[in-house]
Amino acid sequence: MNRNLWRRFKSTTALSIIYALTGLALVPLALVLWYTVSRGLPAAGHPDFLTNVYRPVGIPGAGISHAIAGTGIIVGLASLIAIPIGVIGGIYLAEYGTGRWAGWVRLASDVLVGTPSIALGLFAYALLVVPAHHFSAISGSIALSILMLPVVVRTTESAVALIPVGLRESGLALGLPRWRVSLQLILPAATAGVVTGALLAVARAAGETAPLLFTTFGNNLFSTDPTHAMAALPLIVFRYALTPYKDLQDLAWGSAFVLVSLVLIVNLASRWILRRQLRMAASL
Amino acid sequence: MATSVDSTQLPVARRPRIVDRYRRVTAFVSAVAPVALLLIVLVLLQQAWPTITQFGPAFLIHSNWNPVTLDFGALPFIYGTVATSAIAIAIALPVGVGVSLVLAEPGAQGIRGAIGTGIELLAAIPSVVYGIWALFVLGPFSLKYLETPITEHLGFIGFLGGPPRQSSFFTASLVLAIMILPTLAAISRDVIRAVPRGLRESSVALGATWWEMTWRVVLPTARAGIFGATILALGRALGETVAVTMVIGNRPEIPASIFSPGYTLASVIANEFNEATGVVYTSALVELGLVLILVTLTVNLLALLLVRSTNTRMAT
Repeated sequence: MNRNLWRRFKSTTALSIIYALTGLALVPLALVLWYTVSRGLPAAGHPDFLTNVYRPVGIPGAGISHAIAGTGIIVGLASLIAIPIGVIGGIYLAEYGTGRWAGWVRLASDVLVGTPSIALGLFAYALLVVPAHHFSAISGSIALSILMLPVVVRTTESAVALIPVGLRESGLALGLPRWRVSLQLILPAATAGVVTGALLAVARAAGETAPLLFTTFGNNLFSTDPTHAMAALPLIVFRYALTPYKDLQDLAWGSAFVLVSLVLIVNLASRWILRRQLRMAASL
Repeated sequence: MATSVDSTQLPVARRPRIVDRYRRVTAFVSAVAPVALLLIVLVLLQQAWPTITQFGPAFLIHSNWNPVTLDFGALPFIYGTVATSAIAIAIALPVGVGVSLVLAEPGAQGIRGAIGTGIELLAAIPSVVYGIWALFVLGPFSLKYLETPITEHLGFIGFLGGPPRQSSFFTASLVLAIMILPTLAAISRDVIRAVPRGLRESSVALGATWWEMTWRVVLPTARAGIFGATILALGRALGETVAVTMVIGNRPEIPASIFSPGYTLASVIANEFNEATGVVYTSALVELGLVLILVTLTVNLLALLLVRSTNTRMAT
């Protein structure tokens, strides 16, 4: 065969293989979504599902309202801890981020993102569950807040760093102290980016199971007391999926459906906010 | 009488030191991340101390795990974690680099953006959802269409031997591969995009085909960054807990075949920690957690340094 023809043939083949691989990579996404909807929606569509609590196997009308409330409380508390600390840390990195200390903070945040979440569960267990002698929702929130913190720190830093220098300089030229420039000029301008980071962190925390296993533990009753064991959506999916009972498996699929909808909505919303912000920044 | 003024003898007004209190406060708050990291390692070390002193380094190479006789060794779990992660990387790396090449190509940005968003959404799906999907869908599929034919035709090769199981190293590796693919593809895409345009253009100008340009110019230039992305993905795979726990079979053994059930560091903690009684059993499990966190920290540090060094090199 002509050498050039062979080269072109090789190139075309490689290109088609690569496109095929990309298609292959999208198959799992489609399948995960399809099964979560097709098995989860019938369970979640039942009127009792969102209002009732756990019922023993064989008794109809079981629901997951306790787990939805639990996930809300646990992730809410974690956000109350992680978001303020993370935003201030991110502002520090963006404002004074050239020194050696800032380098350490960045490194620690980047490493913390990759920490196995089960280790955070062990940490919170040793720190809070052992001294209290019982499981508590707040210990799970602490574990989740460590998971959220680096995400918030790094996204805040990049959001603040995107703000044009002119804004900062005009504030300083008017004689404003640095903290007022930072908190009253720069931060409001960077709100969209900061909110995006916080939303992504919340979405990630809401789906985490491993840090909750030995901290919030799970609960079959409706509980709003953060100092005691509490139900959570990921725990329901994990525990009930592994049982041999169809009722409980349906409950697990339904919870998975609720969880995926929640996470995807939050993710798409944060993308939309970010895109709008970028378009606004481009038009400035 | 005029005398010359010696400037060194004049009293020099000291520059007023401006205390930037805002800087101090924010720097103090930013310390939470490094302190938390340090505290996690220290607390786990303290909790694992009873078994560290009792078993010593032999804990890492001992392969028994018997809570009844309090005889503990980490080897089956270390093996399981390393094996599942390695197989997952072997599956995800070619696919991930392929996807990143497609995403980094110029033109048709609308479609590429949509594919990119889809793949990034794969990363947002909680691992427990991958777990339940793998348990009910992927596991049976892989048993019927992948494991059984492979063991029948290639069973004479040791690590591909039968009998195939639905809950196995292989199924766990498949889920892991799907879960780490977005990390791998997204970072590789950014690295490949950062390859200077001039390099691509000059190789095309010399008459190279698309494949020759990619294989001989783009990929070698982006090599270190792709390697960094791979190691970052490896760190994720090593630490993944619930999805693996649901499909690996949970058996503390070192089997010869990848189609047999096993156990990983993270999943043994997830399964046994709540039921663990007594100081030694609990602390043995925490020591497994300590091993896991130290390994992932090292792997992550390595990956960060690699990705950073390529980015700075490309920027110059």
